[in-house]
Amino acid sequence: MPDNSFSQFIRRTLARREATLMLLLVVLLVPISIRSPQFLSPKNINTILNDMAILVIVAIGQFYVILSGGIDLSVGSVIAFTGMACGMINESFPQVPVGLLLLVGMGIGAFLGLVNGMLVAYGKIPPIITTLGTMSIFRGMTFLLSKGTWVTAHEMTDSYIALPRTTFLGISYLLWIALFVIAIFYYFSRYTRTGREIYAIGGNPTAAKFVGVNENRTRLVVFLISGTLCGLAGSLWTARYASAVNEMATGFEMQAVAACVLGGVNFSGGAGGIIGVALGTLFLGVVTNALPVIYLSVFWQTFVQGLIVLIALALNTISDQRKTKKLLAQRRA
Amino acid sequence: MGESKQFVAQSRLIDEMSLKNRLVELVTKWEVILSFLLVVIFVFFSNMTPYFLDWFNLMNATFQFSEKAIMALPMIFIIMCGDIDISIASIIALCAYVIGISAEAGMGIPSLILLSMLVGTIAGLINGLLITGLNMPAIAVTLATQSIYRGIATGMLGEHACTKFPPGFSFFGQEFIPGTIIPFAFVLYLVLMLLFFFVLHKTAYGRRLYAIGNSAETARFSGINVQRTRIINYTLTGMFCGIAAVLLASRILSVRSNIATGWDLEIITLVVLGGVAITGGRGSVFGVFIGSLLVGYLKFGMGLLKFSGTVMTIVIGSLLITAVLLPRLLDIYKANRKLKMQQGGL
Repeated sequence: MPDNSFSQFIRRTLARREATLMLLLVVLLVPISIRSPQFLSPKNINTILNDMAILVIVAIGQFYVILSGGIDLSVGSVIAFTGMACGMINESFPQVPVGLLLLVGMGIGAFLGLVNGMLVAYGKIPPIITTLGTMSIFRGMTFLLSKGTWVTAHEMTDSYIALPRTTFLGISYLLWIALFVIAIFYYFSRYTRTGREIYAIGGNPTAAKFVGVNENRTRLVVFLISGTLCGLAGSLWTARYASAVNEMATGFEMQAVAACVLGGVNFSGGAGGIIGVALGTLFLGVVTNALPVIYLSVFWQTFVQGLIVLIALALNTISDQRKTKKLLAQRRA
Repeated sequence: MGESKQFVAQSRLIDEMSLKNRLVELVTKWEVILSFLLVVIFVFFSNMTPYFLDWFNLMNATFQFSEKAIMALPMIFIIMCGDIDISIASIIALCAYVIGISAEAGMGIPSLILLSMLVGTIAGLINGLLITGLNMPAIAVTLATQSIYRGIATGMLGEHACTKFPPGFSFFGQEFIPGTIIPFAFVLYLVLMLLFFFVLHKTAYGRRLYAIGNSAETARFSGINVQRTRIINYTLTGMFCGIAAVLLASRILSVRSNIATGWDLEIITLVVLGGVAITGGRGSVFGVFIGSLLVGYLKFGMGLLKFSGTVMTIVIGSLLITAVLLPRLLDIYKANRKLKMQQGGL
């Protein structure tokens, strides 16, 4: 019975968080659209969604790492490395089809994620230290790979650059890919064994081990997922911005973490869901895009994002502590 | 009262003896390894280039790493307690911004220094209060404040660069102690280093840090105000960001919003390389001192051999990971050997 009530409790929490986010989004959108009616035009909505497509892919990867109780600070560097690699492959071998290019990106990303995962799972190095180190190693490798040069739009094939802009049923391929990723990982978290094991490891590693969850393997898997998704994001990034620059995606880890925290993902691990992360990303996208509407220069973007994360973090923590107290009181009664 | 306290301390000392011996053995070993590496680096680079082993050059090189080495000192306290702060580079940027903008407004040197330290202290205090007040994870909070502090500097400065400073301001980051070839910043570092050595190894506060790092819960039960200690650590680190910002601004005489980017990594690397366990409770100021010299002169030598900054970042990142991995492998090796010896004895 306690098991059942616990799962109900989790489900209720998630439902509440997602509902709150939706409500907040509406509350946010009303004054913005009054101030600037253009904001809710289909074109602008499309822009926001396309901007957020890459972020949501990365945020989902970050979600699993945070869920397992870690953090991945190397996402921006993995994106840069794979983006640069894809751009250079596209430049040197234009005959390689775009689909294969995305797969190559995912492969490279998976390898970098594997490096992170091995260090964390088998080297027993805390995720923060591992990814702080690989963040600069991968970024440095990007510079070495490109020898400091850029890949510009006219050096890339038309079909690659056109990828994010080509539409199917009125929705860009970029967005389709993001939706596909969301759907896959929604299924993965809720209905697969490994998905549930990640929740278990994040919630209580000791208990998870006692019921037979392979902790090392799970820790490896989360970084593998994060790396693969960052690889996909990197290959899409180069196409979307039609250039591969060494500094690309610097500080992107902050946005990915922000999306997760907004989506109700708990830093102590074990709580949160894919839909929350997707909504968190959307929320972040609306806020970022609304900055010019309230006459705030883009230079303030970093500040606003940090502030949002801090507030969301505080709210998450407070509601979490309240629930724990309630639960304890119930158990005592 | 005093007697009983002393008695408790003594009995605790006896209890810890065997554990302590082992720890001391390990710590000294790590420091020996580091010192050996430092010698290797010196021998290697002096064979590679005639410009390395030269007193003037060696002293001049300290300009490049004194600020980071100074920042590593309060960071020892934070990491010792099992915490982390990845917002320090942003606090330095915020302080540097305040220095730059106030200098443009015509403020004098003493008020610039005080203002910078004040801003840093407040920023650090905010970190500490946020982390302890709601019991939020340090990594998440400082990741957020990293954006907030840097964001203020970026938002206020935009593309602007502050380059107007009062005459004489360049002393702190560019000049030598009059009549010698020793830079002021390096002397400041040595003085602060000795101070931190004293506090960590010779005072009750230092012992509390070890206790918290080994088990915050146990420390709390034995009457240590854990939360207050953590707040003090973060505030102290913030204040030191203010000092580092003065040295940095004085050295490069130009403040942009991207100042000190990437310093978090390097400073944490210095501390971890110096043998402070990332999980807390283990390490020494002397180790971090050797570690700082090691990284500083490694970068200096690589610079002389014309390695690019990119290669250096890769080396620093790898050093960080190796510095955590290596002691762990050593531990496993030692445990295995001990096991073998026991079995042999039986």
